[in-house]
Amino acid sequence: MTQSLYERIGGEAAVNAAVDIFYRKVLADDRISRFFEDVDMERQAEKQKGFLTFAFGGPNNYTGKDMREGHAHLVERGLNDSHFDAVMENLGATLKELNVPDELIAEAAAIAESTRNDVLGR
Amino acid sequence: MPVITFQDVDYECAPSETVLDCFIRHGVSIPHSCQSGVCHSCLMLALNGAPPAEAQKGLKTTLQANHYFLACLCRPQADLAVTLPGRDVTHRVSARVIDKTMLNDTTVRLRLQPETAFPYRPGQFVNLYRYDGLARSYSLASLPQHGEPLELHVRCLQGGQMSTWIHQELKVDDHVSIEGPIGNCFYVPDQPQQPLLLAGTGCGIAPLWGIMRDALDQGHEGPVYLFHGSFTKAGLYFVDEMRATAERYPNFRYTPCVDEGNGEDDFTVGRIDKVVASMLPNLKGWRIFLCGVPEMVKGMQRSTFLAGASMQDIYADPFG
Repeated sequence: MTQSLYERIGGEAAVNAAVDIFYRKVLADDRISRFFEDVDMERQAEKQKGFLTFAFGGPNNYTGKDMREGHAHLVERGLNDSHFDAVMENLGATLKELNVPDELIAEAAAIAESTRNDVLGR
Repeated sequence: MPVITFQDVDYECAPSETVLDCFIRHGVSIPHSCQSGVCHSCLMLALNGAPPAEAQKGLKTTLQANHYFLACLCRPQADLAVTLPGRDVTHRVSARVIDKTMLNDTTVRLRLQPETAFPYRPGQFVNLYRYDGLARSYSLASLPQHGEPLELHVRCLQGGQMSTWIHQELKVDDHVSIEGPIGNCFYVPDQPQQPLLLAGTGCGIAPLWGIMRDALDQGHEGPVYLFHGSFTKAGLYFVDEMRATAERYPNFRYTPCVDEGNGEDDFTVGRIDKVVASMLPNLKGWRIFLCGVPEMVKGMQRSTFLAGASMQDIYADPFG
């Protein structure tokens, strides 16, 4: 039986290792950091764990509707493709930093990419 | 088969079944989502001792110490009484005021003797009730382990009903009612070598005084840095006590910071977040405790995280 992406990437331990690195990159990224002002950081870190678990093909119950509703207030503030691209870049850089093989990064990126239209409310 | 007690009802847990599965099978609804220990939606609290360690994976150490666990990961080996968070196991006791001392121009120290046992961890907080039911939260500066009375630091706020009453009317030998303990900002001796950073403004120093002494009392070996910030020198207190502690414990370092001043009395001039950033630019691997005004706490939650501390290791307790 072939292992799932989530298993190959390292499961929950990989999510825990990635979340601090990813969140730090996002906060330090001038292109998108303003969308993370005034948020409860602990709650935001939990959400990012959920997102990373999803991108790693792990257990989750993300729906397109959640994605739309969760980001609608940001779309109103101007969230667009360039910001989504920046998040994708940070995701890739995080996994590279953790020495995740390129083909697994590509798989995770493809899953994350599948949410683009929902996140941007299209 | 282990029995799970929740809201006064017993549920039999099948072999190798998780607490969450058991509830779902019995039609009991609790919040849950990923069912694999990631999302923390099904966080619960064990009321009769420690839950299985594997059910606490990924939780903050203070949550673990307080017996929180994830229902989706918990396969109980023994009977377990549980509740949902937010219904903290607090209790309310009457306490007598045994001492009232000014710490600086605006802050009074209250020492209270509870009439029945009141277990807590240094750094947690209590709700203090006035005779008419008015309630406010105050952090505990005392340590329970040496029989110290409960100690609260109350700053007199302009127009503050409770603080004005405490400052002007409450007397030694009066009684108040306290409820608690509440909160997850306290020391856990799981990594005695880990460097600790404690930063507080104003009477945010109260819980930090408790947490710092608790860590040293429990034999913490790593460096313990404590920063106390204020606009002016007049807003600081416990300066002599802190310096005496630093003489006694070589791994303890105390830095009082004032926004305005000329550096007299070895006070560092500069805002607390800037002073911390210049003294400790790399916080990777550190555990951080932040207490005081919300703007400072939130700002430093971010700056210490960006300086390398893990989100799991940052404990923040904002209060006004």
